[in-house]
Amino acid sequence: METPLWVPLLQATVVFTYYLLLTALLIWAERRVVARMQSRLGPNRVGPFGILQTLVDGVKMFFKEDTTPGMVNRSIFTVAPLIGVIAGFLSIAVIPIGGEVTLFGETFTLVVADLSIGVLWVLAMGSIHVYSVFLGGWASNSPYPLLGGIRSSAQMVSYEIAQGLAVASVIIYAGSLRVSDIVAGQAGSGFADGVPGWYAIPLFPAFMVFVIGMVAEAGRPPFDLAEAEGELVGGFNTEYSGLRFGMFMLAEFMSVVTMSAIVVTLFLGGPSGPTFGAPEAFAGLIGTGWFLLKMVVFIFFFILLRGALPRYRYDRLMDLGWKVLIPVALVWTLVTAAFVILEQEQPGLGTDLRLTLASIAAVIVGWLLFSGREPRDAGDGLDRHEPAPGPVAAPTTDTADDGTTPASDDTADDRQEVAP
Amino acid sequence: MLSEFLPVLLLFGLATAFAVGSIAVSSLVGPRVPNPTKLAAYESGNEPLADVKNTRFSVKFYMVAMLFLIFDIEAVFVYPWAVVFRELGWFGLGQMVAFIGVLGVAFIYEIGRGGLEWD
Repeated sequence: METPLWVPLLQATVVFTYYLLLTALLIWAERRVVARMQSRLGPNRVGPFGILQTLVDGVKMFFKEDTTPGMVNRSIFTVAPLIGVIAGFLSIAVIPIGGEVTLFGETFTLVVADLSIGVLWVLAMGSIHVYSVFLGGWASNSPYPLLGGIRSSAQMVSYEIAQGLAVASVIIYAGSLRVSDIVAGQAGSGFADGVPGWYAIPLFPAFMVFVIGMVAEAGRPPFDLAEAEGELVGGFNTEYSGLRFGMFMLAEFMSVVTMSAIVVTLFLGGPSGPTFGAPEAFAGLIGTGWFLLKMVVFIFFFILLRGALPRYRYDRLMDLGWKVLIPVALVWTLVTAAFVILEQEQPGLGTDLRLTLASIAAVIVGWLLFSGREPRDAGDGLDRHEPAPGPVAAPTTDTADDGTTPASDDTADDRQEVAP
Repeated sequence: MLSEFLPVLLLFGLATAFAVGSIAVSSLVGPRVPNPTKLAAYESGNEPLADVKNTRFSVKFYMVAMLFLIFDIEAVFVYPWAVVFRELGWFGLGQMVAFIGVLGVAFIYEIGRGGLEWD
């Protein structure tokens, strides 16, 4: 079958425009929602509800000075932001944004390419994004960007492993790397009627690891240590200005959109969903609607996180990544494999066992959450939960008990005597 | 086989044209008024003290880099197994448990020795 050249061209253009538009809308929506959460109005002047604000800001950025400081490594300094944006766009090449569409006699899926390596492509592009951050910080040849770049690349590679292992259990469950197989595996209903066959349900721990990992990978609050303004003056992008700085920002916001698209595809069925008996020609469009709806839920989740949570401390961030997420993801990969093999050899037994274990796990987690036990501190030796009553209370009791009063009490007594 | 990468190449072209084009346009229409302060390294408004060659950072980051290599390679070994493990059955799972177990013991040892503590 020979497809004319305009089909891939149309696919690439549609996907490119789709994500660029969504990113622009995300920036606007984030400013509006966060403003609401902080009792402000947010941008509301340009266009209806200020929806064109991002466009205007983007145009403004073209007319800003793009300084290249004297000490930087020029070529790498210029290339670093480009790597981020290009890798961001490429990572969604394998993610279908809708079902099959028929146009001018050609039937095709709304995806750039359904590669045989599928999910690996997404992970590979995510890894390349780290280069943008690290090279940007390194090529700046300046202390703050260097520290910021090292810090955020350490964060990104740590969470990348957890994320990669979470994806491994999806691959195990689907038995294929190809994204269309993964989406097809989630179509229809799951272990019971009316329950969608999304991988998020049987692979819930992997789903949680992936969601936490994607927030850290995108460098978003509460894991936005890359640009801890109070500590690192913006981190790796300190020396950037003008549109090259804008490219870093675009890459960051776009990673929110692409990560939402990826998690929806891998764990929430992508464009699959009920078509309400629509004719074949419109079924693909309904899929696009479902995909957009699921994505918007995750984008909103990202925005709410930013508005609601304070920034994590770096040592706790690394602890969470290395001591919780990676072991959980590793163990879950093996458990998933065991269940799949069990299901293969004795159909039915795996599902029953899984349901039983899941309910036990839910009870244990519920008990841990509601039994009122304080979570253990991150092991830094400083117990921040206790208000430390000992040292505060001790001097007062001491002075009350024995007659030798400390100097501070003397002055207090003097004042009392002088006052009348 | 390689022809399935053609649309990806088109997307790459679009993204590159967008990114490079924006920066090129910006460099044409944007102002260019350099001065010595703008061109110096940013250090919160102070005279730049530290040369970046003398900027020291924690050795912990090297540890993270090394651990990343180990675990990333572990993940890379998991992927091909994940695709074909249905044919390998319990034998393949046992092999994988042994492989991850060996690394897991080292990982637990590393945590026990405080290799992952950030003071």
